[in-house]
Amino acid sequence: MSRGAAAGSWQAARIVLQREWLLAVRRPAQVLQPLAFFAVVTAMFPLGYTPELAKLRAIAPGVLWVGALLASLLALEHLFREDASDGTLEQYVLSGQSLTWLLLAKTIAHWLLTGLPLTLMAPWLGVALGVPLSAATGVMGALALGTWTLSLLGSIGAGLTLGIRRGGVLLSLLTLPLAVPVLVFGAQATELAIVGDSPTAALYLLGSLAVLGLTLAPLAAAAAVRIGLE
Amino acid sequence: MVVLYSLQLAAPVAELVDATDLKSVGRKAVPVRFRPGAPQLCMSSLVVNNLTVYRGERAILSRVSFELGAGRALVVTGSNGAGKTTLLRTLCGLIEPEDGELHWRAQKLSFRDAEYHADLAYLGHEAPLKMDLTGRENLRGLVGLRRKVDSRDVDAAFGEMQATSFADRAVRTLSAGQRRRIAFAALSLLGATLWVLDEPVTNLDRAGEALVQSLLTRHLSNGGMLLAATHQPLGLEASLCDSLVLGTVPA
Amino acid sequence: MGTNWAWFHRFGSPPHVYRLAGLLTPWFAWPAGLSIVAALYGGLVLAPPDYQQGEGFRIIYVHAPSAWLSVMIYSVMATAAGIGLIWRMKVAHAAAASCAGIGAWFTVVSLVTGMLWGKPMWGTYWVWDPRLTAQLVLLFLYLGYMGLRSGIDDLGRADRASAVLALVGVVNIPIIRYSVEWWNSIHQAPSVMKMEKPSMPMEMLVPLLLMFLGFTLYFAAVLLVRLRAEILRRERNASWLREALR
Repeated sequence: MSRGAAAGSWQAARIVLQREWLLAVRRPAQVLQPLAFFAVVTAMFPLGYTPELAKLRAIAPGVLWVGALLASLLALEHLFREDASDGTLEQYVLSGQSLTWLLLAKTIAHWLLTGLPLTLMAPWLGVALGVPLSAATGVMGALALGTWTLSLLGSIGAGLTLGIRRGGVLLSLLTLPLAVPVLVFGAQATELAIVGDSPTAALYLLGSLAVLGLTLAPLAAAAAVRIGLE
Repeated sequence: MVVLYSLQLAAPVAELVDATDLKSVGRKAVPVRFRPGAPQLCMSSLVVNNLTVYRGERAILSRVSFELGAGRALVVTGSNGAGKTTLLRTLCGLIEPEDGELHWRAQKLSFRDAEYHADLAYLGHEAPLKMDLTGRENLRGLVGLRRKVDSRDVDAAFGEMQATSFADRAVRTLSAGQRRRIAFAALSLLGATLWVLDEPVTNLDRAGEALVQSLLTRHLSNGGMLLAATHQPLGLEASLCDSLVLGTVPA
Repeated sequence: MGTNWAWFHRFGSPPHVYRLAGLLTPWFAWPAGLSIVAALYGGLVLAPPDYQQGEGFRIIYVHAPSAWLSVMIYSVMATAAGIGLIWRMKVAHAAAASCAGIGAWFTVVSLVTGMLWGKPMWGTYWVWDPRLTAQLVLLFLYLGYMGLRSGIDDLGRADRASAVLALVGVVNIPIIRYSVEWWNSIHQAPSVMKMEKPSMPMEMLVPLLLMFLGFTLYFAAVLLVRLRAEILRRERNASWLREALR
């Protein structure tokens, strides 16, 4: 009854990544909106506080991180919701492949389409807040690790809130407290980078969170998705 | 050949089933027994025993049992809300049952075992297609998770379902019937032995129905198994079909 | 080997737990009351005022136990939820659901008492002290848990989803606490705006430990009462209940 060889895990992951990429290309608005949100939110702070760059530079790490956090939360709503409503997520569950692995592939795709662009945008938004471009690598390094961990954490919440009406707010409420360590370490790394000190200690802490998230979060997300699809 | 269980007795089946203590579906279990000694039990590839599913506090399914052998179809009928979709989804492992046993090819497995899933394909009410992708891209995505597929097979599958003319349009622009044909084209390439279908011929016109009928018949004659919940007749050969009727029994 | 776990699996039976909880409640409630009264007497009347902080420090008799308990209750909740998830025991899920409200209230109590402590000490109701901040995040975790439960209609699904959340939360709590302390140590405020526990002579320590004990027993008693109510609510259509009420 079988045609062709059975697909291995790498092939399945490739299929998932390809599909996410195609969908992003067909619906660019969905990918660009969180990025626009990041820019808009960052612009609100000077308007609400002061135009003086020196003063803005003092709050820049917090503003950048909170902005990236909120933008990521916006994007996380789309991680599983549409796939759950049109039945594709069920097909993932039933594919015979490890659901943990497939969801990890989806989360990686999500980060590449959200977290990574946010990271690349951040130094430029930082310039608007008085952050020198020399700090760019530190800022980007911290945000890359931070948004990655956030995507992983958020996938758990996204799975748990599947099928809840207006689950977006609940998703934020669930994910933000869990994201406190990421915020704390990330903002400190950014601050150190801005001031010119070496951010390595904070980056290591961020990195350990990222690794911990990578090992545990996909398992929790798979459990959450199974429960959410019932 | 295959012995039937059901919660609501259909007349021709009645003489095969000895039922005791039938009550309306609720917390009290409804044990329905059968007469042992029926032939060819060992050939059954799918055996389900005592499947009980609760939704909230209501028991939607209570002690459902059946067997299905290779090359045969089990047609599940019942009124709205009787639990047909719940039964299908539980059999696929999407819903956790309160109680129940699964034997797949003489092995006791859980409904979530990868070994079982590798041989199973499920098609729900809605075709599992992404609106923004074309039929071809959707099919590659669905089938590619399971097996490598080349373009000749894809073209052949579309040809069988007469979907070639709209295979490369975005699914958003297609009608429900066209989407269903694409879903069936994907189904035919999955290489699964057990097909679990929820309302397979909804939204299809006569031509589509005929295509699906021939697809299903071919699947059965190749030794595949079919489990379908439906309101409409599927047009399969009666000798290949068993019936399972779900529903509440008045006390 | 199999029968060794029979005592454990009997806890899966709602009527059994219901009866047991009813029997045990007074055994927790009375000692709780006695402990708390004794601790209050010892702390408010017997113990001398702290040479540094005066009478205000006495709020620690409520603040420290409730803070400790708020974390302990989350662990109990996560353990119960985990048992419910792995062994599919509805009673365990009911226990987790009953814990949530108690834990949230203890967190609120610790926050309020912390604020009341801060006002006479440093003239402000709120400081971003690592302990207070961690308690605040813990409150958000509790609110998230309760929000998830109430957001899902199907009870079984709500049980399982909130169990996953509780387990994820319990793993994160130490990480969050560590990160908050790290954050606080990095941004050391010029004045020492920290809630230093006063050094503890015996007259202060004994009432404090009694209070810890009293609060814990109180939690156990309230949990049992709430668990019984939760079991009644969940099992209202069950035959054993109808039999019992006949």
